[in-house]
Amino acid sequence: MGAIEKSILESLDQSAFNQWFDQRFEAKMAEREAAHVPSLSIIATKGTMDWAYPPFILASTAGALGWDVSIFFTFYGLELLKKDLHLEISPLGNPSMPMKMPFGPQWLKDINWKVPNLVMAGIPGFEKMATGLMEQTVKSKGVASIEELRSACIEADAKLYACQMTVDLFGHSQDDFIPEIEGWIGAASFLPVAQKSDVCLFI
Amino acid sequence: MNTNATQSLDTRGMNCPLPILRTKKALSILGAGETLAVTATDPGSLKDMQAFCKQTGNELISSSANQGEFEFLIRKA
Repeated sequence: MGAIEKSILESLDQSAFNQWFDQRFEAKMAEREAAHVPSLSIIATKGTMDWAYPPFILASTAGALGWDVSIFFTFYGLELLKKDLHLEISPLGNPSMPMKMPFGPQWLKDINWKVPNLVMAGIPGFEKMATGLMEQTVKSKGVASIEELRSACIEADAKLYACQMTVDLFGHSQDDFIPEIEGWIGAASFLPVAQKSDVCLFI
Repeated sequence: MNTNATQSLDTRGMNCPLPILRTKKALSILGAGETLAVTATDPGSLKDMQAFCKQTGNELISSSANQGEFEFLIRKA
């Protein structure tokens, strides 16, 4: 502490100063908090239909709440940025996934068909069928489609980043992806975005 | 449905997060002080609409539940 600060502090009424400081500090902090726009960063790494939901639901909702949203799509997550979405779901090796009929009488809908992995793996087109049933369930329950949620994210100005390395690795062409992509970047570019955000999720 | 509201929005049959997304969209074209009446069947909307209004600074004037249907009246800030 310099000599000037010392002399100022000595001439002050310490308790009055502390009281003033506490009040001022509280007010300033409240002001800052009120002006702060919350932000969300998501790292989306999965490309199946079921795993496409969490990032887009959270991002679109955060957008609706007025948050700043950034999503980094890497590895299989890049599938979520394709112009034509053909996302599939696999019940194979996924014991938590209920296998229920989306149609028919209630007693039929209530049955959870526990199909052994060995059987699922052996039937050609099993994943296509499961995907079709899931799509029907989503529709009948009034759950948004992935396309719808993705559009909501874009409308809310969520920044969608694609991982350049994955594009090279998997031999994708940039033309296959939606034009709204904010940038083709790498981990070094996204981490500083994530660092500044209030909420950061790896999905 | 509240007929006094400036605008009304029907989200019946929609599930999370669609009622919130549609509400946000409907509010965006309203002027400050105007009101929006929302109907929903999503049971989560009761809590979500409160949180949405609190976070966005819009006023949740009323919310009610009646036989699986929820009604909200929101005044735009």
